[in-house]
Amino acid sequence: MKLSRLRRWSGETLVVGIPMVWLLVFFLMPFIIVAKISLAQSAVSIPPYTAMFEWADSRLAVIFDLSSYVWLTEDTLYFDAYVNSIKIAFFSTLICLMIGYPMAYAIARAPAANQPLWLLLVLLPSWTSFLIRIYAWIGLLKNNGLINNFLMWIGIIDDPIQMLHTPFAVYLGIVYAYLPFMILPLYANLVKHDQSLLEAASDLGAKAFTIFTRITLPLSKNGMVAGSMLVFIPVVGEYVIPELLGGNSTVMIGKVLWQEFFNNRDWSVAAALAAIMVAILIIPIMLFHRYEQKTLEEEAQ
Amino acid sequence: MRNFSFSRFMFWAGLTFLYLPMFILVIYSFNESRLVTVWAGWSTKWYGELFQDTQIMSAVKRSLEVAFLSATSAVFFGMLSSWAMVRIAKFRGKTLFGGMITAPLVMPDVIIGLSLLLLFVAFTQLTGWPRERGMLTIWIAHTTFGMAYATVVISSRLREMDASIEEAAMDLGAPPLKVFFAITLPLIAPAVVSAWLLAFTLSLDDVVIASFVTGPGATTLPIEVLSSVRRGVSPKINVLASLIIFAVSMVTFTVWYVSRRLEKNRQKAMADDFLIE
Repeated sequence: MKLSRLRRWSGETLVVGIPMVWLLVFFLMPFIIVAKISLAQSAVSIPPYTAMFEWADSRLAVIFDLSSYVWLTEDTLYFDAYVNSIKIAFFSTLICLMIGYPMAYAIARAPAANQPLWLLLVLLPSWTSFLIRIYAWIGLLKNNGLINNFLMWIGIIDDPIQMLHTPFAVYLGIVYAYLPFMILPLYANLVKHDQSLLEAASDLGAKAFTIFTRITLPLSKNGMVAGSMLVFIPVVGEYVIPELLGGNSTVMIGKVLWQEFFNNRDWSVAAALAAIMVAILIIPIMLFHRYEQKTLEEEAQ
Repeated sequence: MRNFSFSRFMFWAGLTFLYLPMFILVIYSFNESRLVTVWAGWSTKWYGELFQDTQIMSAVKRSLEVAFLSATSAVFFGMLSSWAMVRIAKFRGKTLFGGMITAPLVMPDVIIGLSLLLLFVAFTQLTGWPRERGMLTIWIAHTTFGMAYATVVISSRLREMDASIEEAAMDLGAPPLKVFFAITLPLIAPAVVSAWLLAFTLSLDDVVIASFVTGPGATTLPIEVLSSVRRGVSPKINVLASLIIFAVSMVTFTVWYVSRRLEKNRQKAMADDFLIE
């Protein structure tokens, strides 16, 4: 008996321990290092920041250098970038929800035999390259691109409309790229609704619209929160879309961070930007985690 | 049922929105002209040019290698963490573990990329390992976010699965590893395959994290594509895009078709058993 318990114990320890150690080292520890480097100053050395601990004349000095954070408050560019990123993420999440909800609803109410194929059609684009799907819009939106050429050819406009490198292009690209991530959790939620509830309401004389707003919508709250977080959080830090479609018209924090790191080579300012971004996103991430847990509990019942 | 027809309309309109740009991209990959937006007749000449481009071809090879390796390790870790989350009711640090395994799903790429790079730099400074950044560091980064996705896919299958079969086998004296290989693995196999494919495509697709953690000489395909796209639209990228879209569609529909056939056979077998009884 004892031996088998011991074996079971060591087995479970390995099963938990291996992924646990991996995540602690390669997911959690990096954040601690980001926090540490954000408290350093950039310097001309390898690596390009000052040390936190200094040992001289038997004195150990621990230096928390806040200059990177002070720097961020001195230039309004950074504050504007955060506000703008949150604004863009918020509105594009809203648009995704408004387009994605009816789509998810249509799939969930389709004949059961068709549902897997329809869901597959929605998800398929997200498995092809993200970069290339954004790239496709460049050719469409350019001044001499297909949309402008077409509109000029049929005579609606005489001069091309500037679409690429505008906020409009950024919103379009985000909604295009993130729509499938909104639809998947919404569908998973809507498909589980008890149909007899809706029939009962209908038998008692409720109109279709009332049934939708009073029953379906409240029941789908978990799916809406999960889908919205799945769009909102990554979009706040989005780099590729503002870079390729936004040009200089839209300042987003992911792009600012990238430029600080790759162009200005200021590692500690980049780390400070990342630390603040994590602080902003920690509540949405916890919300996402909680609603995922809730969905799993629902499934288990 | 006005509600229903509205949602159906939105569904087809949404699908059109999702597919039209890709469709146009595929058509223009057969364009003769160097100017991407001017149509100059059908041609497959850019397909030939792409295969001659040794820089892109070696990036393709490198990306496939990294994707293969990181998908495999991500699925291995994903199986372990799914088992931990679903089958082990309680262990120390389960809440922390659950948080760490879901956070990579939503964490912005720039943060994961920057933080991992700073970790690697700190490691090199302290221990001399990794001596240089490249394939190894990309593999570590891709394994880390790939395992989060693999865990979602595999654990949802494991949760549906009845634990009593495993328990019965254990009670009859089968050692845990044998139970896993003889019972659990065959039952979760479809989820393991889809988790592997998902981790593979995610790795093949990542540009931001790879840009941070890579070093000189290890340029993956998306990094190559990004730098080419920054210079403007190019016919070769159109061809590459079309080939990727084609490959992904083929694999997806094959997997879908095979799994549907398997499911039908399984249901038929179950119905037959029922009749015999």
